[in-house]
Amino acid sequence: MLSRTADHLFWMARYTERAENTARMLDVNYQTSLLPQSAAVSKVGWQGMLSISELMPAYQAKHGEVEPQRVMQFMVKDESNPSSILSCLRAARENARAVRGSLTTEAWETQNQTWLELNRMLRAGDFERDPAQFFEWVKFRSHLSRGVTVGTMLMDEALQFMRLGTFLERSDNTARLVDVKFHAVQSDFFGAASEKDQEYDFYHWSAILRSVSGFEIYRKVYRDVIRPERVADLLILRADMPRSLHASLNEVVQNLSMVANDQSAETQRRAGKLRAELQYGDIDEILATGLHAFLTQFLDRVNDLGARISRDFLIPA
Amino acid sequence: MQKFDEMLAQLPQDGAVQFQVQSMGGMSQLQVQGVREHYRTYAQWLSRQPQEMMRSRREEAEVIFRRVGITFAVYGAKDEDGAGTERLIPFDLIPRIIPAAEWRQLEQGLVQRVTALNRFIHDVYHDQAIVKAGLVPESQITRNAQFRREMMGVNVPNNIYSHIAGVDIVRAPDANGDGCYYVLEDNLRVPSGVSYMLEDRKMMMRLFPDLFSAYQVAPVMHYPDLLLETLRASAPSTTDDPTVVVLTPGMYNSAYFEHAFLAQQMGVELVEGQDLFVRDNFVYMRTTRGPRRVDVIYRRVDDDFLDPQAFRPTSTLGCAGLLKVYQAGNVTLCNAIGTGVADDKSIYPYVPKMIEFYLGEKPILCNVPTYSCRNPEDLKYVLANLKELVLKEVHGAGGYGMLVGPAASAQEIEEFRQVLLARPEGYIAQPTLSLSSCPTYVEQGIAPRHIDLRPFVLSGKDVQMVPGGLTRVALKEGSLVVNSSQGGGTKDTWILEV
Repeated sequence: MLSRTADHLFWMARYTERAENTARMLDVNYQTSLLPQSAAVSKVGWQGMLSISELMPAYQAKHGEVEPQRVMQFMVKDESNPSSILSCLRAARENARAVRGSLTTEAWETQNQTWLELNRMLRAGDFERDPAQFFEWVKFRSHLSRGVTVGTMLMDEALQFMRLGTFLERSDNTARLVDVKFHAVQSDFFGAASEKDQEYDFYHWSAILRSVSGFEIYRKVYRDVIRPERVADLLILRADMPRSLHASLNEVVQNLSMVANDQSAETQRRAGKLRAELQYGDIDEILATGLHAFLTQFLDRVNDLGARISRDFLIPA
Repeated sequence: MQKFDEMLAQLPQDGAVQFQVQSMGGMSQLQVQGVREHYRTYAQWLSRQPQEMMRSRREEAEVIFRRVGITFAVYGAKDEDGAGTERLIPFDLIPRIIPAAEWRQLEQGLVQRVTALNRFIHDVYHDQAIVKAGLVPESQITRNAQFRREMMGVNVPNNIYSHIAGVDIVRAPDANGDGCYYVLEDNLRVPSGVSYMLEDRKMMMRLFPDLFSAYQVAPVMHYPDLLLETLRASAPSTTDDPTVVVLTPGMYNSAYFEHAFLAQQMGVELVEGQDLFVRDNFVYMRTTRGPRRVDVIYRRVDDDFLDPQAFRPTSTLGCAGLLKVYQAGNVTLCNAIGTGVADDKSIYPYVPKMIEFYLGEKPILCNVPTYSCRNPEDLKYVLANLKELVLKEVHGAGGYGMLVGPAASAQEIEEFRQVLLARPEGYIAQPTLSLSSCPTYVEQGIAPRHIDLRPFVLSGKDVQMVPGGLTRVALKEGSLVVNSSQGGGTKDTWILEV
């Protein structure tokens, strides 16, 4: 297929996935902010939200102090913030519009409808009225967008480049989430001293799990109380957890092999190597060498894969 | 000006031509016997529909058009969604109906006319026999801004230049007061609008399925199939299995929806200039699996922008070196370069002569009598009769730069007189035709509005078309300008099979 078309499809999928993950993060912060907790704890959550997307400087320049309402506005409907849900869904729709002929009618109309509906909801103040429901809507539009492509599109390169975009973005977003959330409690990482802290821990870790729809999965897989190293294990190494780094990389490797061309061998090798490290990784080893360092190099390598995919397929010289 | 309606044999003469709103029972007062025969069933059906139902259908149509994204881009405008620049073309629920016999004649006339025009373009770029025969002055050709010297002596497959022609037609009374189809304009470069023809039909079938059992409406949905057949039949002889693409200026072009739609319906790639490059005298597109050769380009980009090496050097919409490949016969452009020489308004008056010259036939469709202001005698007449005439720019399009004499104020006429005197060769004039009208939903209810018709004629191995076209309607009361950029809307066009 046309390189430019593949590029638009790839980014359409990435932006849709990014909007979903932003909604997930905001939702969890919003839900936990309703729990009784100190202002300081709540603030850590919102700061984390901004630093995940490396948006702290942009936010502070505009709004100064981190304040929940403003962070939410900034992350949902600020057009000047390229990572806001509004900006992501606009970019997704613009990319879709540029290649609407390569999408099925259903896939295009889903993207377009999401955009039209989003504007209507924001105008009507639906987000301010009920943030949780708004976030739920964003997630479901993303589910729908993914489902309608898988359910209606020919299983050719068009679909494969979209899947590539979805899972590359997801691996990036989950890695950032884990990094920030574990960073926030670095000081008392293992085992909490007081009972109060234990309670705090439970909500902290279960919030992370909920943000990736992983709470029930955790219970099912570990049949145990929530423990941080297992949360890390689930989100990083479990191949059967759909939002984990390992599962995302499996999809990246698989779709990459299907679109392979005569200059993509090195990209495939790097993706395969990264996947293999997750496949044979051990959470205790990772924690011993430092989770932050591990995730930082992981993000660098995902970034490198993105650049290489562009060069090999999407924007060839 | 005489009133002349598609549905009603006779419009009320008192000027109060608005139909009663309360009930289309207004229609029954207007006498169903006053309704032309092919509209009778429809008029009866309409008179039974509650106003509320028709209103909700209109709203439904708008929601669907938005969701499907059937919009056209308006430069520099922002709508309330901030998405900018995307507008709907108003769609009217009342169809324009053409009886089978009228269409048969129209179709024959269109085949004849487009065949002659293609012969003419071939002649222009080869022997210019029609000039030698003294029928068309040489200056009309070689001094025409649309004449492309680069095309002299270039041979194109099947000798076809305008593979897709959109011929604008109006119905108006002839000398005896009978309805007659006049050609207003031949669009031989990159005519657009066919996607609206198809989407309007889809919408009507969705909103009013029962009407399609009451009428045998000829189907049009196979247009993309005919188009693909035409494009494939026009491929260079260098290939048996041609790769066809649609070339678009991009998503900010006003007709982008149509480009994407046609590419999708034909199952071919929609490319932009940046996707194409020339190597070893062939055109290739950049794909995820490396370069792939392109054989036929259905280009929706104007001549000037096609090749920065040959035409406008600043163009980023085309492909450098394309002209050379084309001249070598290694790629086909649809439509060919230089077709504009045959469709501007100064060449229009010669078309009947072309038909006689190339085909030895009498023209089937009427031409509107036309005065070329470059011609001193014509100019004299025009200046004396500005109030009665329509003046158009020779190279104008989109309904701009016009004067509609009967509708203009004295001041407007005086201003136009100065413009005309300054550059008479830039204008032609025609008598004001009383274009037919068709009942149309407007704010106050249903009222007659002027319409035209653009059928799309495809020329490959054969000349063919789907039975239908795009009916455009001037939504402003009394307006004769149907262009979408000037507030025009569209209607579904029904060609009856019996």
